[in-house]
Amino acid sequence: MVATAQMSIQVSAAPARMAPPSRFGDKAFEWLTLGMALVVILLVFLIGWQLARGSSLAIQKFGFRFLTTSTWDPVAEQFGALPFIYGTLVSSLIALLIAVPLSIGTAVYLTELAPLWIRQPLVSLVEMLAAIPSVILGLWGIFVMIPWLRDYPFPLLKKLFGWTPFFTGPIYGTSMLAGGIIIAIMILPIITSVSREILRSVPNLQREAAYALGSTRWEVTRIAVLSYARKGLFGAGILGLGRALGETMAVTMVIGNTPQIAASLFQPGYTLASVIANEFTEATTDVYLQALFEIGLVLFGVTIAVNLLAQLLLRTMTTSSTTRAVQ
Amino acid sequence: MHPRRKDQHGWRKFKSAFISLSTFVAAVLVITPLGLVFFHLLVNGASSVSWDFFTQLPKPVGTPGGGMVNAIVGTLQLLALGSLIGIPVGVLGGVYLAEYGSARANSMLRFIADVLNGVPSITWGVVVYGMVVLRFKGFSAYAGGLALGLIMIPLILRTTEEVILLVPNGYREASLALGIARWKTIVHVVMKTASKGIITGILLALARIGGETAPLLFTAFGNRFWNHDLSQPIAALPLQIFTYAISPYDDWHRQAWAGALVLVIGIFCVNVLVRILTRERARSSA
Repeated sequence: MVATAQMSIQVSAAPARMAPPSRFGDKAFEWLTLGMALVVILLVFLIGWQLARGSSLAIQKFGFRFLTTSTWDPVAEQFGALPFIYGTLVSSLIALLIAVPLSIGTAVYLTELAPLWIRQPLVSLVEMLAAIPSVILGLWGIFVMIPWLRDYPFPLLKKLFGWTPFFTGPIYGTSMLAGGIIIAIMILPIITSVSREILRSVPNLQREAAYALGSTRWEVTRIAVLSYARKGLFGAGILGLGRALGETMAVTMVIGNTPQIAASLFQPGYTLASVIANEFTEATTDVYLQALFEIGLVLFGVTIAVNLLAQLLLRTMTTSSTTRAVQ
Repeated sequence: MHPRRKDQHGWRKFKSAFISLSTFVAAVLVITPLGLVFFHLLVNGASSVSWDFFTQLPKPVGTPGGGMVNAIVGTLQLLALGSLIGIPVGVLGGVYLAEYGSARANSMLRFIADVLNGVPSITWGVVVYGMVVLRFKGFSAYAGGLALGLIMIPLILRTTEEVILLVPNGYREASLALGIARWKTIVHVVMKTASKGIITGILLALARIGGETAPLLFTAFGNRFWNHDLSQPIAALPLQIFTYAISPYDDWHRQAWAGALVLVIGIFCVNVLVRILTRERARSSA
């Protein structure tokens, strides 16, 4: 009885039914896009694998000494990366000291204090600064910034702070300090725009509550906005640090490219990225090339770690933008 | 009111005004380098940008004049090669993140893409050197294009995802209700609606990698002459600017400024185009 009923339904349905829709197109498209999305994971492994493979001999030969010694002698095939690590850290630190206060100040001005009509044009200008290629900033650094620094601010710094070890010795112009300043200019836009996003995500209710208590504008900013956004602003700074560590062309053109560890910021320095840029095509022996690959590996490891930290800090602040369209 | 309290109020107002002023000064200081770079580019570069600059090959040291036509064309070729890799992978990957997958896995992929965006561009140069240049024993346009293309992937992926998420769900539902297959809905309805945003993201990525120098140093390598064989080293505008800038010759310095001016104008034109595109989008959706 049941069987015949089913049969009759099937029979009656058959003429009206079209060919069943093929699921093939849907499946193929989903797999195709999935494959493309997975490329980002592949890329991380590709970078790690290529750098590790390219430097395996150097890692075996020098071991941990590579990070702690400061001889860089391609002729004797002795390689220690300490001066480059030092140069990268110091120049990035200078850059952060300059860029973080300026960027957060600008972000506060843009979100809290500036008249409305001026905000959008200012944001556009900051975006334009971000669009200037590193090599062009370096060109400007060599021919405009360095001569100016050498003639005016550096002698002044020497006069005022010459008693500290940081501002002593001869002034050449190309120096660790100049490198730090040019990196600061490079990372200003990113810290500014990320900080601005963070401050914009602070609920207005916070501000209104503070105003209602009779706070001045600055007190509202300090109590209601900055303390609320502290973690995110820290993340913005760390993101800037990640960019600073890997900044290459502009720094290479103004830092002086001398592998040394000197207390004075007027002395030339060298960074991890710069030594790769300068010496990679000159590396004549296998060990030399391997050592440069290992520098690349160190740089990659450090920037990945810093960026992970930055993204984790920022993620907690801006989860609202990642909601999906289709559930 | 108690006099002391009034004093304190004055002090608070003063402090507030002072800090407001400081943030204004910070904003001025942030955009000062932009103005200075522009000013000096115009002063030093404008006089050397001539018809010859766009039509002649570089001249040897000591011979005045010459141009960078090979570097300009080389940069365009490298951008085209990079686009072949960066655009399909980036756009389709972005589609996946916006339309498919579990929220958790996607947030992981998004996270990795963001971290990849922070990888120093010189690292990509080293990786492509190991992958292509060492294996095929020579610098080539292909290697340079690959390096640029890999940098483009996470950039385009993120922007594509963001604009696709902006497409209202009703569009998808309307299309699916008509019995149109999911993938056709995505391609013909969702991606078409978001096409302006997707193109904007691609243009921004191109503007960003068009000025990249570090990943090209030991992949595309640079070339003083014409090159029509993509398996050979090729010239690029940023590379040429770098080579000329660090050279000791005044003639070359002038050429570097001229090249920099041309490159910056090109990049800013793309940015202005993007601004026009996004403004129209904002107006049409309002």
